[in-house]
Amino acid sequence: MATPLLQTHDLSMNFGGVRAVRNVNFTLAEGELRCLIGPNGAGKSTFFKMLTGQLAPSQGQVLFRGHDISRAYAHQIARLGIGIKTQVPSVFDGLNVRENIWLAASRIGHRDEARRLVDEMLERIGLTKAASRMVGQLAHGQRQWVELGLVLATDPKLILLDEPAAGMTHDEVFKTAELVREINRTKALIVVEHDMQFIRMIAKQVTVFNQGSVLLEDNVENIMRDPRVRDIYLGKQAAA
Amino acid sequence: MSGRSLNLLGLLLVGVVGLAFMFLTPRLAELDTVLDLTVYIIMAVLALSLGLIWGYGGILCFGQSAFFGLGAYAYAIAMFNIGESTVPVLLAIILPAAFAALLGYFMFYGRISDVYLGVITLTVTLILFNSVNSTAGPNFHIGAARLGGFNGIPGIPPLNLPGDKNAVIDLEGMFYLSTASLLLTYFGLRLLLASQFGRIIVGIRENERRAELIGYDPRAYKLATFTIGGALAGFAGCLFANWGNFVSPTIFGLAQSAQIIIWVIVGGRGTLIGPIVGCIGIQWLSAALGANQPSGGSDLWSKIFANAPLILGSILIAFVLLVPKGLVPTLAEIVLSLFRRGRRSEQRGLEPQQAE
Repeated sequence: MATPLLQTHDLSMNFGGVRAVRNVNFTLAEGELRCLIGPNGAGKSTFFKMLTGQLAPSQGQVLFRGHDISRAYAHQIARLGIGIKTQVPSVFDGLNVRENIWLAASRIGHRDEARRLVDEMLERIGLTKAASRMVGQLAHGQRQWVELGLVLATDPKLILLDEPAAGMTHDEVFKTAELVREINRTKALIVVEHDMQFIRMIAKQVTVFNQGSVLLEDNVENIMRDPRVRDIYLGKQAAA
Repeated sequence: MSGRSLNLLGLLLVGVVGLAFMFLTPRLAELDTVLDLTVYIIMAVLALSLGLIWGYGGILCFGQSAFFGLGAYAYAIAMFNIGESTVPVLLAIILPAAFAALLGYFMFYGRISDVYLGVITLTVTLILFNSVNSTAGPNFHIGAARLGGFNGIPGIPPLNLPGDKNAVIDLEGMFYLSTASLLLTYFGLRLLLASQFGRIIVGIRENERRAELIGYDPRAYKLATFTIGGALAGFAGCLFANWGNFVSPTIFGLAQSAQIIIWVIVGGRGTLIGPIVGCIGIQWLSAALGANQPSGGSDLWSKIFANAPLILGSILIAFVLLVPKGLVPTLAEIVLSLFRRGRRSEQRGLEPQQAE
């Protein structure tokens, strides 16, 4: 069997007495697209932060392409090939769109190559016309695209998307799903999402988080039929 | 006109004005005016050093005067021991840079928050002040150089042309040298900021976390920026020690540290012209106000105008409240908006749509 792209062993994170993530064993194959679902506070974002080096796990291991990255710095992990699009767009607000993408592209290519990458990426995220606009002045949806462009421009092997469809209009959600599928042709993805419709558009395999642990892992259809998922996830959402 | 040609025009303008200023001033002005201008210009190099690390690197350093003072003392002490200025000048750059690198290593790699960074840099400066201040006795000396404590070090030998002890640079020569240094620093920093390194440090200032997540190590970039700032400040200190042939511990003092920050605030962060304008403007104003002092009018107004710190303090408060971005960025915005109004505003269509 080929080694998986990403693997976690007994991954745990404690904040004081709170165990935000408990003994998670997670495996992602090369080129896979996986959705993570679970109610707020289930530990999905904390899990992402450990994968990207923003938090050091209290216990356990993360293996990425055979490297143990549990104690690596965020920039080292980025260089190994994990990119993340955060829930609230994290971009360079004081710089224009082109400069934003350029900062990412220039890490992997120099001068002309970076410039070519930037032009390609601007075209791909549909912001060529807005290239000289300050990112801080863009609408929320456009900032999401800028962030996605940034992440893609570093050419990672694995992309983590934290609620990419949040706060988007129906059309934008559709466009995002299409883009996610397109990205998946060349890269592995883990997507955290609440929007079931969106998940249906993109996912085959879904992992359900609850109270810091993995509740179950199955294909979309089975997950959506599972009464436990309804209880913890849909039930809670209906109550909210 | 595109942003790029506007940029080039600005560079050209600075170059022409700078060179004209450099070559015309000694011909048109009295020697004492030239002397005053020389120290303003030396301080402008110091202001640029903070303009780089704070304005572009996002590192608020309260202790830029530490590197300035170290540069001045390093030059003075080395000069008494060596007598030829090439090595002392190099030492005045290398020593503060090495000190900045060491201090920066602990601050950035220790992931200290911005507030504590300010506290630490200020504390380091005050420690230097107190240490040097208490070295008055004859037993405090480095080689042939007595440290002099609170009396400072007088009679520092002046710079000479590299390699020739006797080709001493005179007062007018100091003016040329300082102005040329300022221009070189300005253009050098422009080049640095246009490079990949420069753009990355601005990215880190804008969003450190994001810069990390696309694979840049903010600690290393900040350390490099801080070290360059230290080297520049040290060089300014070397020029300063030359200008008055004198250096004393007040160079490390609180007033000096605060002043550098005020120059940058008033002139504008995130520009290079700003700190220069702020620095020269405020020093000129301080001197002008100071000149009022002995006139001794007893009415309230002349007393107020004779009180330079009061006026400068009011100016600073006014700037922080009314022109928080500083003089140069605010002026640039005004000019740009006038410029834009002149054109057809075709970009309107791209404005973010108001969410209903």
